[in-house]
Amino acid sequence: MTSITKPRVQHPSATKNALNLSRRDYEGSMSTLCAGCGHDSVTAALIDAFWQLDIPPHRVAKLSGIGCSSKTTAYFINQAHGFNSVHGRMPAVATGANAANRELYYIGVSGDGDSLSIGLGQMCHAIRRNLSILYVLENNGVYGLTKGQFSASADIGSKAKKGEANVMPPIDPVLLALTLGASFVARSFSGDKAQLVPLLKAGLMHGGFALVDVISPCVTFNDHEGSTKSYLYTRQHYDEVAPVDFVPLRREIATSDAPTTDSVRSVTMHDGSTVHFRMLAEDYDPTSREAAYSYVRAAHERGEVATGLLYIDEGSPDMHGVNGSIETALTNVPYETLCPGNAKLQELMEEYR
Amino acid sequence: MSSINDFCFKIGTVNGTGSASANGLLMQAIFRMGIPVVGKNVFPSNIQGLPTWYEIRVSKDGYTARTAPFDLVVAMNTGTYKRDVQEIKPGGYLMYDASWPMDKAFLRDDITVIGIPLGEMCNNTFTGDRERTLMKNIAYTGALAALLSIDMDVIHSMLQEKFGKKKHLLDSNYKAIRLGYDYAQQHYRCPLPFHLSTMDATKDHILIDGNAAAALGCVFAGATVGAWYPITPATSLMENFRAFCEQFRKDADGKRQFCIVQAEDELAAAGMVIGAGWMGARAFTPTAGPGISLMGEFVGLAYYAEVPAVFFDVQRTGPSTGMPTRTQQSDLLQIAYLSHGDTKHLMLFPANPEECFTMARDAFDLAERFQTPTFVVMDLDIGMNDWMCKRFTWDDSYRPDRGKVLDKAALEKVEKFYRYVSTNGDGVAARTLPGVDPKGSYFTRGSGHTKFGTYTEDSDEYREVMDRLVRKLAAAAEAVPAPEIITTEGASAGIITIGGCRGAVLEGLDRLKEQGIALDYMRVRGFPFGKPVREFLARHDKFIVIEQNRDAQLRSLITLECGIAPERLLSVREYGGLPLGTNQVVEGILGQLQGAEVPA
Repeated sequence: MTSITKPRVQHPSATKNALNLSRRDYEGSMSTLCAGCGHDSVTAALIDAFWQLDIPPHRVAKLSGIGCSSKTTAYFINQAHGFNSVHGRMPAVATGANAANRELYYIGVSGDGDSLSIGLGQMCHAIRRNLSILYVLENNGVYGLTKGQFSASADIGSKAKKGEANVMPPIDPVLLALTLGASFVARSFSGDKAQLVPLLKAGLMHGGFALVDVISPCVTFNDHEGSTKSYLYTRQHYDEVAPVDFVPLRREIATSDAPTTDSVRSVTMHDGSTVHFRMLAEDYDPTSREAAYSYVRAAHERGEVATGLLYIDEGSPDMHGVNGSIETALTNVPYETLCPGNAKLQELMEEYR
Repeated sequence: MSSINDFCFKIGTVNGTGSASANGLLMQAIFRMGIPVVGKNVFPSNIQGLPTWYEIRVSKDGYTARTAPFDLVVAMNTGTYKRDVQEIKPGGYLMYDASWPMDKAFLRDDITVIGIPLGEMCNNTFTGDRERTLMKNIAYTGALAALLSIDMDVIHSMLQEKFGKKKHLLDSNYKAIRLGYDYAQQHYRCPLPFHLSTMDATKDHILIDGNAAAALGCVFAGATVGAWYPITPATSLMENFRAFCEQFRKDADGKRQFCIVQAEDELAAAGMVIGAGWMGARAFTPTAGPGISLMGEFVGLAYYAEVPAVFFDVQRTGPSTGMPTRTQQSDLLQIAYLSHGDTKHLMLFPANPEECFTMARDAFDLAERFQTPTFVVMDLDIGMNDWMCKRFTWDDSYRPDRGKVLDKAALEKVEKFYRYVSTNGDGVAARTLPGVDPKGSYFTRGSGHTKFGTYTEDSDEYREVMDRLVRKLAAAAEAVPAPEIITTEGASAGIITIGGCRGAVLEGLDRLKEQGIALDYMRVRGFPFGKPVREFLARHDKFIVIEQNRDAQLRSLITLECGIAPERLLSVREYGGLPLGTNQVVEGILGQLQGAEVPA
C-alpha cells in the first residue's frame, strides 16, 4: 500500500470549518493497515473530531508507541507534529512534551499490547498525573504485527484464530482507569462513529487524562467466531450506557445538541464546553466513580460491553495544575527570564562558604 | 609528623546519629580559617545503625585526593574499633570515647591513644537519649578543636548562624563544644604536633558538592523540565534543582516556570526528557548506572530521531545494585554505545563540582547543537562530597546555543521543510519545534526513515541517514570540551586519566617529579575523542591509563576509537569503591613503568 500516493486534490464544494479547512486537510498518509481494520475507522472519527472542533492542525501533537494502533498517528492530520516513539512508552514522551508546552492539543494513540502489557505502568502513571491528553486505546485483544498472539485484554475463553482459548483474565483499561482515579473514562466501538466522534471531541477538550477505550476489531487475526473482540460479537453485545453530545463552548447550542428530554444530564467542562448525556440506562450517574465501576463490571459479567462516556470529573487539576505551572508554555519563556544572572549567583555563593 | 595544615583525619561513627552535621561543622570551620580542606563521606546504603566514616584532609597546598592512612582517627563506633585503629599511620593518634573501656587487643604500640569520656560527660550534662546522642558528636568536635587548634571564634560564629534563632539548641551546642574542648585541654598536650594555623587561601572559594553544582548549572543554562527517579547518588541533584528553582524560577504570581516530574522509573524519566526536548525545552534527568541501563532503549530513539536530551550519570559501584554508596567510573563503555543498533553518544567528564557547573551548561548547548543525547558523566565522589572550588561566576552575555532551529520567519523563506536534510559539513539537519508553523510539521519516528523524514525500508535511504549521523558525531567530537593536558620536559611516557581521578593523579605526578620521574598528563573531558586527544597519543610510545573501574574501560574506549595498539596503553585501576588515593597512583605508575602486566 505504501506505493500508493494519496491524491491531494480537493472537491471545491467540500464543507469547510471555521478555519476554512475541509476534512481532507485533517487527513494523513495512506493507511497501510489491513483492509477493514477497525483502526482505520477510529482514524476517520479522529479526523472528524479535530475538524469539527476547528483545531489548527499544527497545534496538534500526536504521539504513539509501537504496534498496528501506533501506526495510525501517521494517518491523520499531516500538518500536526507526530511522534512515533518506542513500545509502550508514549505516555512518558507525551508527559515531557506537555510539561514543556502545555498549549498544544495532545492526542496519544495506543493499543492493548502497547498500553496493557509493555506500557501498563506508563499508562497508569499518566493517569495518576492527570496528564492533559486524549488517550485513545485501540483495543483488539490481539498482537497483530507479530501475527496473532493474545494480548492482555483478551477475555477468558476468547478463541485465537488457530483455535486455542485464552485462559488468563483480561485487564480492562476502563476498570483500571476508574480504579486509578482517571478523570475521564469512555469506551466505544470503531464501528459506531456516531458515538465515537462526540466522545473524542469531549476527550480532546477535557482538561486532564481522557481515556477512550475503543473496541477496534482486528480483521486478520481476531475477527473469527469465538473471539470476543470481533465485529459481530461487539455488535451483538453492545450496551450503550450514556450516549453523549459534546457542545464546544464557542458554538451556539444547535437544536440537535440541545437537551430534549428529562433523561439528559449535562456536565460543564473546564473550558466551559458542555457534555450532554442521554441516559439510556436508568439512574446511571456518570459523575460517580463507584457507580461507573459497578456498572461496567456487571455488564462484563453478563458478557456485554458497556460503552459511552462512563465517568467524568472536570474538577481535578491536571499535571500543570498540580505543579502550579505558569499558564503558558515553558518553551515560550525567554532565556533572560530563566537565568538568574551573575549577581544572584554571587549572593548564592555566600551560602557555600 | 609535625606539620601545620597538612594532615588527614578520619571520624568513625554510626549512621543516623547526627554525626554528619558535626563533621560538616568541622570541615567548614577549617575552610573558614582560610585553610584548604576536602571531605570524603564514606557512608553505608542504610538509614540508621551501620558504620559510617568521614575523612577530612587538610592541605595547605590545596591537594584534594584521599590519602589513607590517617594521622588521627576519631573512633566513635565500637563496632569498627579494630579496623579504625589499623588505618592510623605509625606514630599517629587515636581518639576514642573513653566512657567505655577499649579492648587492649585492638591497640598498637606505635600510636598515641587519647581517651575522652564523651558519652559520660554528655550523659551527665544533657537529658534525653536524642540530645545525649547528638551532643556527643558536638563534643568530639570540641575535643578536636583543642587537639587541632581550630579557631573557637569561628566555631562559635558558625553555631550562631545555624542555631541563632533557637536559643536552647545554641546553648546545648556551646555547652557540648566546651565539654570536649576543656577536657582535651586539661588532660592532653594541645595542640597535637600536626594542627591548624589560620591561612588566607580560601577567600575566593566555596565548599560545594557536584550534584548541587550541576543543578545550578541546569538552572543557569535555562533548563525548564526535569524528570527523574530517585536513586543514590544522583538524588540530591534534582533536589537541589528543585530548591534553586523555588528560589529563582517563580513568576510574580508565584507560578512555577519549571516542571519537575518524579517519574515511575528511569525509563519513563528518559522518555519525558525526550518529549520535552522534542518540544524545544531544555530538559534533563539525573541518574546512576542502574538508571542508565533502563534508559537504553529511549537513548537509542533520541540518537536516531535526533532529539536533544541531557543525562547526568552520577556513577556508583556496579554491576547490578553493586555498592550504591560507593564511587566508581564503570559506566563509560555502557554510555558510549548505549542502546541496540549502531549508536554513539556525547559524554562530558567533569573532575570536580566547578566543572559540573560549567559542563551542565555545555551539555545543553551540545545536545541542542547536535540534536543528540548528551551525558554528563560524574561519580559519587564528585556528586556527593563537598569540594573546595573557586567561586562560580556566570557570564551574563551567555545565550543558549539552540542549534539549527527554523522559526516561523525562517520557515517562510524555505520552499519546503525536510527534517533530516543537512546542507553543510557538520551533518546537522535543521529542526522545527511543534506548534510553531504548519510548514514545519514533520513526523518523528524511531523506525527507518529517509532524509525527508518519511518511513522507509529501503537500504540506500536508510544508509543515507545513518551515514550522516557518523559525520554529525565526528563534528561533535571537535566540539566537546578539550582535554586538560600538562606536558613536562623530558617526559618518557604519558598519563591518561578521567574525571575525579584528577586530584590524586596530579598530586601523584608531583610526587614522582620529586623522585625524578617526568610524565606528560592528559585528562579527557569529552567523548567522542577529538583531535587534541589523538595528538597527545602521538607524543609517546607508551601511556598509562588511570581510571576507577575493573576492566580498564577508558583504555578500551581509546583503543577502539583512536585505533591505537592496546600494548601501548598500560593500565592502573582502582575499583574498590573509595575515591582514588595518591598512594595508589604513585605505586600504580611505578609498577607499570617497571613492566607490570598489561590487562587483556
